[in-house]
Amino acid sequence: MSDGSLPVQFVAREQQREVISLGMWIFLGTELMMFGAVFAAYTVYRIWFHELWPGASAQLDLKLGTLNTAILLTSSLCMALADLSVERRARLRTLALLLATALLGAVFLGIKFYEYSKEFHHQLVPLAWLDFHYVGLGPDPAQMFFNFYFVMTGMHAVHLTAGVLLVLFQAVYVWRWRKPEMMERRLKVTGLYWHFVDIIWVFLYPMLYLL
Amino acid sequence: MRAKTCIGVYIALILLLLASWFSHSLHLGIGNVVLNLGVAATKAALIALFFMHLLKETNTVRIFSLIGVAWLAILFSLSLSDYLTRDKPDVFYAPAASQPSVMTNIR
Repeated sequence: MSDGSLPVQFVAREQQREVISLGMWIFLGTELMMFGAVFAAYTVYRIWFHELWPGASAQLDLKLGTLNTAILLTSSLCMALADLSVERRARLRTLALLLATALLGAVFLGIKFYEYSKEFHHQLVPLAWLDFHYVGLGPDPAQMFFNFYFVMTGMHAVHLTAGVLLVLFQAVYVWRWRKPEMMERRLKVTGLYWHFVDIIWVFLYPMLYLL
Repeated sequence: MRAKTCIGVYIALILLLLASWFSHSLHLGIGNVVLNLGVAATKAALIALFFMHLLKETNTVRIFSLIGVAWLAILFSLSLSDYLTRDKPDVFYAPAASQPSVMTNIR
């Protein structure tokens, strides 16, 4: 395997590629199950308290949410282009695109934590030892909303942090450029994870900010 | 897949994002929900088909990619039909005691 030959369990490169994709998609399926459960719970509460939900949702900063979505979409573009570049064996371009992806992910996390700090100052964090002070009708559904908001975006932020570290890890391999074929497979898998985290945010944004 | 396709998909994604952002200021009732979730589903499909290479993958991989979605459909349909056909839990609707308000105890 260190000489780049096919491992014994595969009969062809195409089979190896298919197996790698399949394995990653199965993992993404399990991640979807985790996020999907919270999404379903959120939907139930959203429908139950639909008159009061928009009031709580309006406390979030829509401009920052939209900016964050645009940042994550751009990072997905950079990741997809990095995928292409490694196929064309363009080392420096791939490296630059991977670093851009990681940087945009980090910027997203920075903005997210800035939003969290704003919510903390407005006393909208429903943790046990903090005061939850909601100005408006329906403080109980609002507290539920903020519970969901922090859990969903928090889980997403953890996944995004893992993604940023993964991309930086791959950047080290790209810098060394030892086995381009293996790099192609690695970046494909990294790309699948990154795009999945982006898809989760693409659904989080309308659910939390717009509806 | 060429770089131009990637950039084209990206532009489509940004346009969809701007459309859903601006539609927030229109008040269409349930239309807002349909529009925003429809836009989100379209964006997810674009990302999955192009950036995640589903268009080029074998049928096996495509089926596995849809299994998660199928499971979500089952979860949502069964959960919502369960919870939404029950009574809502009792919650306190009126504003906090320190806030003056005209309406109290709305149910």
